[in-house]
Amino acid sequence: MREVAIIGIGQTPVGEHWTTSLRHLAFEAARNALRDANVDKVDAIYVGNMLSGEITGQEHLGALVADFLGLSGVEALKIEAACASGSAAVRVGTMAVASGMADIVLAMGVEKMTDTSGRETTAALAMAADAEYEVSQGVSFVALNALLMRRYMYEYGWQHRDFANFAVNAHTNGMNNPNAMFRFPVTPEAYERSPIISSPVGLLDASPVCDGAAAVILAPAEYARTLSPAPVLIKGSAIATAPLAIHDRPDPLVLEAAVLSAQRAYKMAGITPADVDFFELHDAFAIMAALSLEAAGFAERGKGVQMALDGEITREGRLPISTMGGLKARGHPVGATGVYQIVEAALQLRGLAGENQLARARLGMTQNIGGSGATIITHILESLA
Amino acid sequence: MDEQVKLMHSQRPVGIIGYGSYIPMYRLPNAEIARVWKGGGKGPVKEKAVAGLDEDSVTIAIEAARNALARAEIAPEQLRAVWVGSESPPYAVKPSSTIVAEALGATPYLLAADMEFACKAGTEALQAAMGLVGSGMGEYALAIGADTAQGRPGDALEYTAASGGTAFIVGPAEEALAVCQASLSYVTDTPDFWRRAHQVYPSHGGRFTGEPAYFHHILSAAGAMMEQLAMQPQEFTYVVFHQPNVKFPRRAAKRLGFTVEQLTPGLLSGEIGNTYAAAAITGFSAVLDIAQPGDRILVVSFGSGAGSDAFVWHVTEAITERRDKAPAVADYIRRRQEIDYALYTRYRGKLQM
Amino acid sequence: MEAKVAHDWRLRGQRYRLEGEVCEHCGAKIFPPRDICPHCHQPARKPQTFSGKGEVYTFSTVQSPPQGFERYVPYTVALVKLEEGPVVTAQLTDVAPQDVKIGMPVEMVTRRLYTQNDESTITYGYKFRPVLR
Repeated sequence: MREVAIIGIGQTPVGEHWTTSLRHLAFEAARNALRDANVDKVDAIYVGNMLSGEITGQEHLGALVADFLGLSGVEALKIEAACASGSAAVRVGTMAVASGMADIVLAMGVEKMTDTSGRETTAALAMAADAEYEVSQGVSFVALNALLMRRYMYEYGWQHRDFANFAVNAHTNGMNNPNAMFRFPVTPEAYERSPIISSPVGLLDASPVCDGAAAVILAPAEYARTLSPAPVLIKGSAIATAPLAIHDRPDPLVLEAAVLSAQRAYKMAGITPADVDFFELHDAFAIMAALSLEAAGFAERGKGVQMALDGEITREGRLPISTMGGLKARGHPVGATGVYQIVEAALQLRGLAGENQLARARLGMTQNIGGSGATIITHILESLA
Repeated sequence: MDEQVKLMHSQRPVGIIGYGSYIPMYRLPNAEIARVWKGGGKGPVKEKAVAGLDEDSVTIAIEAARNALARAEIAPEQLRAVWVGSESPPYAVKPSSTIVAEALGATPYLLAADMEFACKAGTEALQAAMGLVGSGMGEYALAIGADTAQGRPGDALEYTAASGGTAFIVGPAEEALAVCQASLSYVTDTPDFWRRAHQVYPSHGGRFTGEPAYFHHILSAAGAMMEQLAMQPQEFTYVVFHQPNVKFPRRAAKRLGFTVEQLTPGLLSGEIGNTYAAAAITGFSAVLDIAQPGDRILVVSFGSGAGSDAFVWHVTEAITERRDKAPAVADYIRRRQEIDYALYTRYRGKLQM
Repeated sequence: MEAKVAHDWRLRGQRYRLEGEVCEHCGAKIFPPRDICPHCHQPARKPQTFSGKGEVYTFSTVQSPPQGFERYVPYTVALVKLEEGPVVTAQLTDVAPQDVKIGMPVEMVTRRLYTQNDESTITYGYKFRPVLR
């Protein structure tokens, strides 16, 4: 198995792209990544996406993206794993390069969420959950996270306001990210006052519905340095799954798939959680940030919130998270999110994170959560510069 | 006519082996309707039961039937018929009874049909169930009356049209908690109340619904029944009439010679309104909740169009151990959430969306 | 919610009566049915109808509904731990959101889940309400 590196990254700003379609978003991010890698051909394209069929009425994204890039003929596929589709595309691309079946791979994610009404989009997002036994009961995706948050607060005695720093930190970091959707600060008071969407989840617990695309170019690490001045090694890469429905999980407050995928990624990378300099986690909801910190081994069970309260998650803290705004402030274009996390981690590792550049960024970790935790994908990245 | 022509007896004695009711928790006071429509005076009832957003005559029938099954203590597969009487079925075409039967776990070896006879659809189903069991075609049959009655906004009917349901499992008399001594039906073509196809709200004949309709049929059926059985009003512990309001059944009782004490335990319309196909039988259900072995009960329904079914029931020893196996009518009446007219229009689909 | 006739029909046993399974190997009660025991991974196909009694494990009141549930807002969804063991996702009904508590005893009722429009079928299924008595 060959080691795999990222030799190029690209992204579009995240937001409501009223004038840009799904295919053009995908094109823009892919072109940016190809330019960054200084390549014009790839052996394969893997497009992470969740909602194109439901929202745009467009499937078959592999062929579409290849066509729009002028690369028709190439191997190209859509990869779907709900909100973890983007990381899944990177994972598949990594496997392709690692196996030797491909040398240069474009792995990307794209999502266009604003072409339908809010309720249609809400219904589309719910497809990540169990259609027969969750969605049919009127459970929205927000509600699934709310069910977890309520139980978490009940079992560990936290108050809703204790989660505020997840939003505060994300918005602080998003302010300096030119590609972030929200570039304004929020205060703990604003967090507490924000309107309830699905109790106890408020507006400022939740990441926004938005459009965006991000892409990476993968190549064998052995000659990545000849292709890129600042390659980033994919030191660890792992997918794990858990029961689709929350009600089928033995312990709903443990993201078992996050535990498994983090452990596998640590093992592959030969590191421990203590070696990780920063963590781009899946803060689609504040509760997911807390559960992710716990599952990945950074906090004990029930103590993920404590890290936020203690300021350990800020750029100056013990474990900076959401360093470019995270899902909360950068935005959560679902099928693209995992690739945004990896692109942002690469920016940190290359020293190109601008105002948000971390003092120490040699080893970064990303974790992308599909559904309410049924698919969780962890990547560990290391600077090769 | 001699007795054998008028009275209906089954080939073998039958009775009720399980009964159960359901009343939705929402209540709309008459005063609230009067507030919106500037109605004067005291309304015909104090308040009426209103079904919630996720309820209809099928869901009401299912809960009433589950309560009846709990009291009957038979397996649902033992039912040979499920008959649902209602004037508010959720489908114009497609049986409510199949949904109810499936929900109970009674499918597939049974008869299932919906009955319609305005407010006596429930007792019509009951008569049919007695016939099925009484003839020996089946051992047990389920008869239900359930409605989510609608009155045109502002119309007199709106003050009373209510939601509720009651179910009976009919079986052999030796297993019954109340044995049917006899039944009798009295039917004429009397258009006092109707609803044409595709119409949301029914129409009615105003004061014509009184004397020639309600009173004529109730008094005729009850009178013929007592005459044929050579029984006097004082021989009954309780009497239950169809109850479109409070006034009509009181007047009927008085004219037939029944006392307030005999009538009141089964007169629920003041608290829950007119539950149409469920009205008389929910009153009967409330009486069974308090009846003692040996009690005799006269039940007379009325359905517009028009007709009355009369039944004489003898309560048996079985009542004492079975009635606590399911919630009583009083439990549902106590479970009360008052709503205003705005919420009522929302719950009952009167709000254009 | 789009009414899918065959899909809803296929699920009527589960939706109307909480029909699940019991594992003949380890005795685990399984709802929703999945034919393979999640505990011992042996085949589990013996039908078991659940009592419908349980308690609220967690809950949330939905203000921003998915398409198809607009007319019910606000409604409360919950994870209900059935007395036989499994947890089921379902709406709570006949209860005001502020009266719901974790640990509250509830019982199954059959109610309307959704209907697409005036021409489509009506989908009925389980919800839970505070125990009546």
